[in-house]
Amino acid sequence: MIKAILVFNNHGKPRMSRFYQYYPEDMQQQIVRETFHLVSKRDDNVCNFLEGGTLIGGSDFKIIYRHYATLYFVFCVDSSESELGILDLIQVFVETLDKCFENVCELDLIFHVDKVHYILAELVMGGMVLETNMTEIITRIEEQNKLEKSEAGIAAAPARAMSAMKDMNIPQKIKDMKLPDLPSIGNLKF
Amino acid sequence: MALSKVKGQLERVLDKNLQDLVRGIRNHKENESKYVAECLDEIKNELRQENVAVKAMAVNKLTYLQMCGYDISWAAFNVIEVMSSPKFTFKRIGYLAASLSFHDGTDVLMLTTNMIRKDLSSQGLYDAAVALNGLSCFITPDLARDLANDIMTLMTSTKPYLRKKAVLIMYKVFLQFPEALRPAFPRLKEKLEDADPGVQSAAVNVICELARKNPRNYLALAPLFFKLMTSSTNNWVLIKIIKLFGALTPLEPRLGKKLIEPLTNLIHSTSAMSLLYECINTVIAVLISVSTGIPNHTASIQLCVQKLRILIEDSDQNLKYLGLLAMSKILQTHPKSVQTHKDLILQCLDDKDESIRFRALDLLYGMVSKKNLMEIVKKLMVHMDKAEGTNYRDELLAKIIQICSQSNYQYVTNFEWYVSILVELTRMEGTRHGRLIAAQMLDVAIRVQAIRPFSIAQMAVLLENAHLLANNSQRNGICEVLYAAAWLCGEFPDHLTDPKSVLEAMLKPKITVLPGHIQSVYVQNAIKLYANIIKRAEGEGGLETVRDVGEMLQERLPIFIQSSDLEVQERACCMVQLVKYVLKLQDKGGEAAAGIAEEINALFAGELNPVAPKAQKKVPVPEGLDLDAWINEPPSESSEDDDEKVGGSIFVPTTHDDHRSFYSEPKKKVPELTEEEMQKMKHQRMADQEHNPNYLKPSKGNNKKSSTKEEANGVMEIDLSVPLHVPGFASSDKYMQLENEERRKRKSGKKKKRKKKGAAADSDEDDIPQAHQVSTVEELPEGAEAVSDKEDGGGDELYKKLDIDLDEPLKPGDMLPVPTHRIVSDHTLPEATEPEEGRKHRKKDRGSKKEKKKRKEDKTDKKKHKKKTKATPDEPSLMMEDHEEIDGDNTPLTSPRNTQPPTQVGEENGEKMNDLDFWLSGKDAATPSEPLHGAIMVSEVKVTPLQDLSSDEGAKPDKPDSSTHSKKKNKKEKKEKKEKKEKKSKKSRLRAEGYEETGGITTPSQEQVPPAQADTPVNVKPMSSYRLLAENATIKMTCETRVSPQRGDQVVLSVVFTNFTANIIKNLEFNVMDTLNTKLDRGMGHSNHDAVPVPFVLPPSVSNEGQFAFNVDSLSQPSKLRGTLTYMVKMDDGSTHEKLDFRLTLDCSSFIVAVPCKSTEFASLLGSGDLTEKGTIKCTPVDTNFDGALLRICFYNHFKVVEKVEDSASLYGRSIQGQHLCLLVKHAKGEVTVDGKSSDGSLLSNVLGEIKTVLTSEVL
Repeated sequence: MIKAILVFNNHGKPRMSRFYQYYPEDMQQQIVRETFHLVSKRDDNVCNFLEGGTLIGGSDFKIIYRHYATLYFVFCVDSSESELGILDLIQVFVETLDKCFENVCELDLIFHVDKVHYILAELVMGGMVLETNMTEIITRIEEQNKLEKSEAGIAAAPARAMSAMKDMNIPQKIKDMKLPDLPSIGNLKF
Repeated sequence: MALSKVKGQLERVLDKNLQDLVRGIRNHKENESKYVAECLDEIKNELRQENVAVKAMAVNKLTYLQMCGYDISWAAFNVIEVMSSPKFTFKRIGYLAASLSFHDGTDVLMLTTNMIRKDLSSQGLYDAAVALNGLSCFITPDLARDLANDIMTLMTSTKPYLRKKAVLIMYKVFLQFPEALRPAFPRLKEKLEDADPGVQSAAVNVICELARKNPRNYLALAPLFFKLMTSSTNNWVLIKIIKLFGALTPLEPRLGKKLIEPLTNLIHSTSAMSLLYECINTVIAVLISVSTGIPNHTASIQLCVQKLRILIEDSDQNLKYLGLLAMSKILQTHPKSVQTHKDLILQCLDDKDESIRFRALDLLYGMVSKKNLMEIVKKLMVHMDKAEGTNYRDELLAKIIQICSQSNYQYVTNFEWYVSILVELTRMEGTRHGRLIAAQMLDVAIRVQAIRPFSIAQMAVLLENAHLLANNSQRNGICEVLYAAAWLCGEFPDHLTDPKSVLEAMLKPKITVLPGHIQSVYVQNAIKLYANIIKRAEGEGGLETVRDVGEMLQERLPIFIQSSDLEVQERACCMVQLVKYVLKLQDKGGEAAAGIAEEINALFAGELNPVAPKAQKKVPVPEGLDLDAWINEPPSESSEDDDEKVGGSIFVPTTHDDHRSFYSEPKKKVPELTEEEMQKMKHQRMADQEHNPNYLKPSKGNNKKSSTKEEANGVMEIDLSVPLHVPGFASSDKYMQLENEERRKRKSGKKKKRKKKGAAADSDEDDIPQAHQVSTVEELPEGAEAVSDKEDGGGDELYKKLDIDLDEPLKPGDMLPVPTHRIVSDHTLPEATEPEEGRKHRKKDRGSKKEKKKRKEDKTDKKKHKKKTKATPDEPSLMMEDHEEIDGDNTPLTSPRNTQPPTQVGEENGEKMNDLDFWLSGKDAATPSEPLHGAIMVSEVKVTPLQDLSSDEGAKPDKPDSSTHSKKKNKKEKKEKKEKKEKKSKKSRLRAEGYEETGGITTPSQEQVPPAQADTPVNVKPMSSYRLLAENATIKMTCETRVSPQRGDQVVLSVVFTNFTANIIKNLEFNVMDTLNTKLDRGMGHSNHDAVPVPFVLPPSVSNEGQFAFNVDSLSQPSKLRGTLTYMVKMDDGSTHEKLDFRLTLDCSSFIVAVPCKSTEFASLLGSGDLTEKGTIKCTPVDTNFDGALLRICFYNHFKVVEKVEDSASLYGRSIQGQHLCLLVKHAKGEVTVDGKSSDGSLLSNVLGEIKTVLTSEVL
């Protein structure tokens, strides 16, 4: 059984948390903090397994995590799960996210945490692994997206337009705009 | 109206959505809480709106806030509102919020029952799926009870997606509502063989979770899982199953024997590390459960250890970690094979990765022996000096103590060394394990009597240097050792050389910085020392010193009277008075002073032994004492609150130092024992000790001498060997040198001996004498022996409830509750007619039961029983629809409604067990040393009972056959073939019956179970004979193709290599010439000319199986490939390279998967117009029997019978790329006509051609 799935960034900010056992909110925050504390002080070239979060688990539980760019994906599992299997599952999860968001980055997770939950729900249900076949997962997600779109229909058009407007964030866009590199200027001799 | 709606929409456009909220929070980093409070107000506002879209958006925002740690339980009702929206978009948001925030205590959950039920039975696929998702997170006992039935219905849904989820959620239902397990189990079991791999994997998942907690109940499923293990290609499923077997083997050693072959094969062949690792794990579990009896069990161990070594040496830290983890499991039973890798493990102690270091430490624990203990501990001490991070250092410290103290100091040969180690450990800064060290000091000094003088001397040194230790007076810090030191010096003052100086050290004013419990021990033991000093003085007549000491006490003790610690204060007051009194008596002199020493010493007389850990529990309850009875009337409910507060302060002692309970243990005496009882107890104990082989009788004289000598030695030498630190502390190093020297001496002596004796068998482990003996006396209360040592494992209540015997047939009570009022009206109709029908069933059941009994008397054959239980459809039958199905003539035993006499239940159970027995013994009897044919043998076992059912005549002659042929197998190959043929024909007969049965019952209400599922020859499939691929004098290859429905472009060729020679064949390499259409999968980074190495060597006359994957583009043409196998035969005089050419044909039938198809689906498929291509063949089959012909098509061409009516049948098959193939087979006058329809013409014509060959050729 999987007890919890946490995603947080390099600073310990939670990006998604999913507990398959009830904990009150403040406890959840503590667990995230503790897990971050445990995980973040580890080098990248050490093993991906950790024993002994005191808040979650106990001797039977293990923390299995992977570190991708700015994000940690952490699974807290008991001994009925295969360690390497879970590592693969994390990989599947991230690859699925990557496919669904097209080059996923932390911002996607920040702004679409609900979607991340829906994607996760196709992989893991109630703490048990539901599906590991990525094509199957993606078809299911796409079908649900289609369903959602068809329900929104014409009524959603103004809302979409509006959110597109908001998304534009023009000042930032200008800042981000990249000018072509002109490295040769400095070398020009007059 | 419409206009206002649009207007509302437009207004809403400006509402904040989730993205805005996130953006806002990010923009208000410095005053986030204020911003969130504003947002929450907005959300509350939005939740008040009528518009569901607005509410949904608000709830969506709440889910984000929940993640940030804000409580959103106040919005539970609004969440339910959103959940109940008919639109999928909103429903999904609602369920997500619910799954994140709802829990057992959410009171509005009870409102959701009907809503969830409606969603579960909704037409929309994803509505039901979303409901299941949500439910899996917040299911409560009530919901589980009310919805179990609906979920059960979903388990038979036509959509695999829903089936999968429904199966998975059943585990949660069982947890919350254990009563559901028994009725639901048959259906769950059925899903293990579901056509959809996802559903299958879910079912495996659920059963594995269940079996992990209560493995015994699932032993009966072992054959089924075994079959899955040998047939499945899904690594996830394999891993789960293999893990499950790991849990089952301890209960059934025979299962382990059966497993070891396929598992070692997997270990050899798999490339997936995860699978490899789990295989090794389970092999280890098997080897632990059956330590003897497996012929090549050392070979298996070696294989495991060797593979693990590869893992540990791998550069991937994960593999290294797991390798160590698995190694520690082997260690428990086969320490020898692990000890050879000591170098590797010690090396891991230096790893930069903490997890790996911890694992390596765990391993060390098991690797110590008397010989290497000192060496290993020394290494650990060095590590401890180097280690940074107190955490790891503490772990090392604890490990050292654990290693040394394990199994009653089994490996400690020299306790002086150990005491010195403990003393050295006290120099560790900032450790949290002060108490642990202290406990060890106490334990060793008390239980190893011979070491007392030495350890007391060490303690005295510790006390005199207390200022070094007292510095860090934090809780549990190193100052705790002073507790032990003070107590030991006080308790055994006779061993002190200079009690006066120790006493002075104990009364230094600096002591007052120590924690209270240590101070109180100081005070108490100061007086004990005082008493001892008086005693000594009386002997020598040095009254002056006694007076001095008394005055010193009088002067210094008052500091303690002012202590803030109650205990210290109290004791100090007492002691001051006592000293005063003694001084007064001494002043009087003469007679009064004479008896003082004796009197005071009497205060502290008595020997102390450790109290057995369970002593308190074992105090027998006196007769007539009822501990549960109220002494006074229980207080009334209303006044409880007030009482509690008052009562709390009065009666409950303020436990500010909880360490009391820990430390008082060694001193604890069982209260209220009279002199007589004590005497009796002592006698008994003596008697026990006499007879107890574990009790080491002290042989004092000898030891004492040597140790006192060494003690002097030790104290002298310290300064030389230890470079710094306190003078007076013993060093442990010298003991090591000493030991080494001795060993050298011993060894040389032994060598001589051995030469005389020849090969001495044992290691010198036993020769090392233990210098001191450990006493195992423990105080136990009177009458304790009578009480058994029962563990009260506090285990998980939750899982205990699921400990349900599943083999027992269902009883009338075993039903899922059917709600009395429900929204879906489908089920109400059959319910209404239930009582009548139920009665009818019962009558019928009784009739058939009689019949059965009769049959049972006829044959005592186990196999027969097996079939019977098999034949009874283990349908869960919770609903009436299912009931009707069961109503066949052979159902009764497991039908839920009939009541059974208890005797029969027992019988049935016995049968089940016998089934398992039979299966387990099957292979042993049939193939004593055939490594390969695991899968095939299983299927044979499965097949034989089938024959029994079909015809009694068939069974009788076959029985002796199956037993004899096992013995003379290799001689009788020809005969075997004949037998097989016979079997086939019998089977076909049976199948014909099966069809008629199912065909007859098919009623509209049966929709839920596809008719083909019941008794069609699915079971026969693993029989699949391997085709000969190529053969020469040295080696033979037979092959079989396998496909998996998930991979539309891959065929797996499973090749069995058989070595005919008496030599080892190795370096097998398999290669084919790729065609445009078909390519051998050679793995990454290999060109298309490279050969694929076969991952094993073939010992003489052994078979093994290798698998090769082919990637196929188009399926419509059979692929013909030329290939070569190269190999090396290793002979005594060198080796030769040889090769064997072969031609491999992948015919079109091998791409077809037999998929169950219902007749309605079949009809709609034919009617849809998609199947445009047609084809027909006619032939005269060798099997004149129509069923035989059908069986052949099903078996060799992978079709499935959809429906059969008299002499015609419709068959269905699907290619792995999804092309449908529909066949109509007719039989008339010995001729068979096959009409086919498909979407792919050339595929169809090829398949039809192959069918013709199959039908007309004699032997395949």
